[in-house]
Amino acid sequence: MSDERAFYRSQAEMLPPRPAPAATVGVVGWMRANLFSSYLNIALTLMSAGLLWVAVPPFLDWALFGADFSGATGADCTGDGACWAWLDQRIEQFLYGFYPAESYWRVNLAVILLVPALAYLLFDNLPYARYGRFFSVAYPVIAAVLLVGGFGLESVTTDKFGGFMLNLVAGLAGIVLSLPIGILLALGRRSRLPVVRILCVVFIEIFRGVPLITLLFVAIVILQLFLPPEVSLDQLIRVMIMITLFASAYMAEVIRGGLQAISQGQYEASQAMGLGYWQMMRLVVLPQALKISIPGIVNTFIGLFKDTTLVIIIGLFDILGQARLLQTNPEWIGEVDHETFLLAAVFFFVICFSMSRYSINLEKSLDTGRQ
Amino acid sequence: MRVSRLWTDARARGLVFQVLLLLGLAFVIAVIVVNTTENLQRAGLASGYGFLFDTAAFDINQRLIEYDSTSSYGRAFVVGGLNTILVAVLGIIAATGIGFIAGVLRLSNNYLISRIVAVYVEFTRNVPLLLQIIFWWIIMLTLPRVRDSISIGETVFLNNRGIRIPSPVFENGSSIIFLAIAAGLIGTIIVARWARARQDATGQRFPVGWVGLTVVVGLPLAVYFLLGRPIGLEAPVRGTFNLKGGGNVTPELTALWLALSTYTGAFISEIVRAGILSVSKGQTEAAGALGFRPGLTMRLITLPQALRVIIPPLTSQYLNLTKNSSLAVAIGYQDLVSIGDTILNQSGQALEVISIYMIVYLSLSLITSAFMNWYNARIALVER
Amino acid sequence: MRLKILAHAAVVTGMLVMVGTAPSQSATLDDVRAAGELKCGINTGLAGFAHTDDQGNWTGFDVAYCRALAAAVLGDSSKIKFVHLTGKTRFPALQSGEIDVLSRNTTWTLSRDVDLGFTFIGVNYYDGQGFIGRKSLGVMSAKELSGASICIQTGTTTELNLADFARTNNIDYEPVPIETNAEARAAYEAERCDVYTTDASGLAATKATFEDADQHMVYPEIVSKEPLGPLVRQGDDQWADIARWVLNALIIAEELGVTQANVEEMAAGKTDNPEVNRMLGTEGSYGEMLGLDARWAVQAIAAEGNYAEIFDRYIGPDTKLGLGRGLNALYKDGGILYAPPFR
Repeated sequence: MSDERAFYRSQAEMLPPRPAPAATVGVVGWMRANLFSSYLNIALTLMSAGLLWVAVPPFLDWALFGADFSGATGADCTGDGACWAWLDQRIEQFLYGFYPAESYWRVNLAVILLVPALAYLLFDNLPYARYGRFFSVAYPVIAAVLLVGGFGLESVTTDKFGGFMLNLVAGLAGIVLSLPIGILLALGRRSRLPVVRILCVVFIEIFRGVPLITLLFVAIVILQLFLPPEVSLDQLIRVMIMITLFASAYMAEVIRGGLQAISQGQYEASQAMGLGYWQMMRLVVLPQALKISIPGIVNTFIGLFKDTTLVIIIGLFDILGQARLLQTNPEWIGEVDHETFLLAAVFFFVICFSMSRYSINLEKSLDTGRQ
Repeated sequence: MRVSRLWTDARARGLVFQVLLLLGLAFVIAVIVVNTTENLQRAGLASGYGFLFDTAAFDINQRLIEYDSTSSYGRAFVVGGLNTILVAVLGIIAATGIGFIAGVLRLSNNYLISRIVAVYVEFTRNVPLLLQIIFWWIIMLTLPRVRDSISIGETVFLNNRGIRIPSPVFENGSSIIFLAIAAGLIGTIIVARWARARQDATGQRFPVGWVGLTVVVGLPLAVYFLLGRPIGLEAPVRGTFNLKGGGNVTPELTALWLALSTYTGAFISEIVRAGILSVSKGQTEAAGALGFRPGLTMRLITLPQALRVIIPPLTSQYLNLTKNSSLAVAIGYQDLVSIGDTILNQSGQALEVISIYMIVYLSLSLITSAFMNWYNARIALVER
Repeated sequence: MRLKILAHAAVVTGMLVMVGTAPSQSATLDDVRAAGELKCGINTGLAGFAHTDDQGNWTGFDVAYCRALAAAVLGDSSKIKFVHLTGKTRFPALQSGEIDVLSRNTTWTLSRDVDLGFTFIGVNYYDGQGFIGRKSLGVMSAKELSGASICIQTGTTTELNLADFARTNNIDYEPVPIETNAEARAAYEAERCDVYTTDASGLAATKATFEDADQHMVYPEIVSKEPLGPLVRQGDDQWADIARWVLNALIIAEELGVTQANVEEMAAGKTDNPEVNRMLGTEGSYGEMLGLDARWAVQAIAAEGNYAEIFDRYIGPDTKLGLGRGLNALYKDGGILYAPPFR
C-alpha cells in the first residue's frame, strides 16, 4: 500500500538520475555486453583469446625480439629469429630494382608529385584548382619523362625498372591508361549499334574470363610473334599493354555500373537541349557516372596493384622477384626465405589497406551527396 | 541519293561507322595472322594441334584419371584441367562457408570476435594472393615429417607430405550400393515434395530431414551388409620412404585450397555483410515480435532476403577464384597452367598451348556464370 | 555508292597488309651493331651462374659469356641488355628475336636443336643429372628409391630424365614438381621430399649451402648427359659462327695461357706462339673472316678472362659453390673440354 502511495506522490522537482547498475558500465559492463553476453559468446571470446595468445607472441619473438639486424652475409644471422641483416644493403634494390642509383631522386620525385596530381583529381575545394587540374592531366606524361628520361634527363630503359617501383608503375600505368579505354568500352557496350555492342561485349568477356597470368604469357611469349620483326618491344612494355587491356575490361564494367545509375531523365533532358551523343556524354552523363564510379575504380586499382606481383612468374623483378633473387644469392641462400616475402607483404598491406579505407570513406561521402 | 547522307543521317552514319569498324578489325587480324605465319616460318616452327598426340614423357603426381609418362600431351592437359576443376570446386565450397560465417560473425555483438574477423578480412584482402599461397605452402612444410606423422588409429596420417587417407577398393556388387544411394536420394526428394504439399494444405509438419537422412544413409548401409561388404578400405601403411597405399591429399593442394578459400572467403564475407545490412531492420524486429530467436531470424528471415543481393557479386567471386587457381604454378600444384607450361617448354608450341588455356578458362567461366544465373533466377522466384 | 566505298576500302586494306608485312631479312650482327647493344637472355637467378651483386649488377658464369660476346662484337663488355628468362619463357624469347643469344644453362638436345629452330654453338659446362638425399635414409644408390618422393624443377629436361630413369629401373615415385631452385631447396630441407634431383652442379651448390652438409650425400648415378651451352637462332650462320668462336677463344685462351692480365701485353706484338698470334689478331685475318675487327678475341678475353678464370671466379673450388673442374677440365688435364684449333 505504501508503495502505491509513494508512486502517486507529487514532487516539485525531478529526482536525480541514479547511476546505472555496476554491471553495465565501465570496463566490466563493456566486457559483459561485448564479450560475455551469452554462453556462445563466452565460448567464442575464450577461443579468440586463445588464438591470439598462440599466434601473436611467438610471431613477435621471431620477427622482432629474436631477430638479427646487422651483418654482411646470411652467415651472420645466428639467432633463432628472423634475419633482417640484408635490409641495409638490399633495401634499395627492393624499392627501385636496377634503376641507376644516382637517379633514384627521379623515382622519388615522380611518387611525390603523384600526391598533388591525385588530390586535384579527387577533391574540388583546393586552391588553384584550375592549374591543378591541368597538372593532374599532365602528370602521366611528366612521370613518364621522369622515369624513362628525355628533355635533358639521361634515358633509363624499362628493363632497369624493378622492385616495388615496378609494381607501382605497372599498377598506376595500367589504371590510368585503362580509364579511357574502359570508358569507350562501357559506352560501346550500351551502344545502339549492334556491331559495336557485340565487339565490346566479346572483348570485355574474353579479358575478364581468362586469368591474368595467361595474358602475361601472351605478353611474354606470343605478342612478339604478332608484330613484324623490326618492331621489338621491351618485356615490361608488352606486359603493361596486356595489363592495361586486362584492367580496361574490368574498368568498363565498373563504369557501366556508373552509367546505369544515371537516371534516364538526364539523357532525355540533354537530348531535349539539342546536345549530340558525344556532347551529352562529355558534359552531362560521364561527369556524373565517373564520380559514382570512383570507389569502384579504386577497388579495381587495388586488385590490379596486387596482381602486378604475378610478373614474377614470367621472370620480371618486381618486389617479389627481388625477394627471390636475394633468396638465390649464394651469400644469403636459405636464411631469408620468409623475411623477404614478409617485407613485401607489409608494403602491399600498408598501401592497399589505406586505399581501401579511403575508398570506403569516399563511398560514404558520395552516398550522402546524392540524398 | 546524296553522299552527304552518309554523315548527316544518324542511321546511315551508324552503318558506315560499323562497316569501317569491321574493316579495321579485319585489317588488324589480317596483319596479325600474316605476321605470325611469317614469324613462325622464319623461325622454322610448325604450328597446329598435332603435338597433342605426342608422348608427354613426364610424370604428374596428382591424377584423377589414369596417366603415366607414356601418355600423350593431350591426356596430360585433361589431367591438369581436372586438377584445376578439383581445386576450384573445393575452393568455392570452402570460400562460401568461410565467407558466410565470417560475414555473420563480423556483425556479431561480441567485440573480440568481430575485431578478429575484421583483421582477418583486411589482411587477406590487402595482401597479394601469390604471397598468401606461398605462405600456406610454407605452413604446410612445417607440419611433422613423414617419420613423425600424426596418425589417427594408423588409418589417417598427417605429415608435411600431405594427408593420407584410406582409399576405397571396389569389388563385385559395389555398383548396387551406388544405386541404393541414388534410390535413397530420389526417395527423399519425393517425400519432401509430398511433405511440403501436405504442410501447405493442412499445416502439419513432417520431419523430412530425419527421414531423408535415415533413407539416404540407412538404405546403402543395409545393402552394404546384405551383399557382404563389397567395398573395402585400403589403409595406408608405413613404407621405406613414404606411407604406401591409400589416397594422398598433397600439401600443394591443401595450401592452394586454403589460400584460395580464405582469400575469396574474405571478399565473400564483405558481400554477405553488405547483403545482411541491406535487409531492413524492420524485418528483424518483426521477426523478434513474432517470437523468432536470433538464429532462426537469421536463417529464415534475413539470409533468404539478403541472398538476392548476395548472389550476383558472389558469382564474380567464384569466377575470380577459378581464375586465381592458375597461381598454382607458384607452388607446383599441377593444374592446367602448370602442366601446360611444362608442355609448352617441351614441345615449344606456345601459341597452341596458350590458346588451350584461354578456351578452357573461358568455358569454365561460362559454365559457372550459367549455373549461378540459373540459381539466381530460381531464388528470385521465391520473392513475392 | 556504298558498294564503291567498300570496294575502295578493301583495296586499301589489301595494300596496307602487303606493306605491313614486307619480308625483311637482316643479319643479327648488323642488328646488334645498329642497336649498339647485345641482347642476351640469362637466368632469373641461379647461384653462381647468374645472380646480382649488392649494386644490382648481374654476374656469374653464364653472364660472363654474354660479356665476352658483347666485348668481341661491340668492343665494350657493358653494352648488354640482359633479358631475364624463366625455363618457360626462354625459347619463345629467342625464337621471336627478342634476344640475340641465350646463355642460360640450357641442355643441348636434338629436339631443341632441330624442332625448335635453334643452333647450339657449343658447350660451356658439361653437366649431368644426379640425386641428393639424406644419409639417414640408408640408401646408397638412386636405383633404391622406389616409393620415394622426389623434388624436381618444372620446365626442364630433368623432369623427362627422371621419368625415363624411373621407367627403365621400375621405380615408383611421387614427383614433387617445384618452380624454382630456392623453393626446391626449402622443400628438400623440410623433408617434403626424400631426394632432390637436378644437375650435378646444382646439387653440389645446394649441398654446399646446407648447414649440415655432411648429413647429405649425392648418389653415384648420373642419369643423364646435360651438355649446357649458349644457343642462337637457326638460319644466321655468320652469327652462330661468331658466338661459337667467342666461346672457343675463351677455352683456347686457357689452353695457351692467355689471361685477362696478360692479354693486352701478348696482343701488343707478335709472340712466339703462332696460334696465339692468330687468335689475338697479330697474324692472319681471322677477325675479318668472322666479320669482326682483328682484336675481337683480345676484347673477349679482356672482358672476364679465359675459361678457367671465369670458372674459378664464379663456380670454382674457392667460391661458395665449390665445384671442381671434373669433366670441364681441358682435354689435356683429363677433362673433355676441347676446342677446335685456330687455323
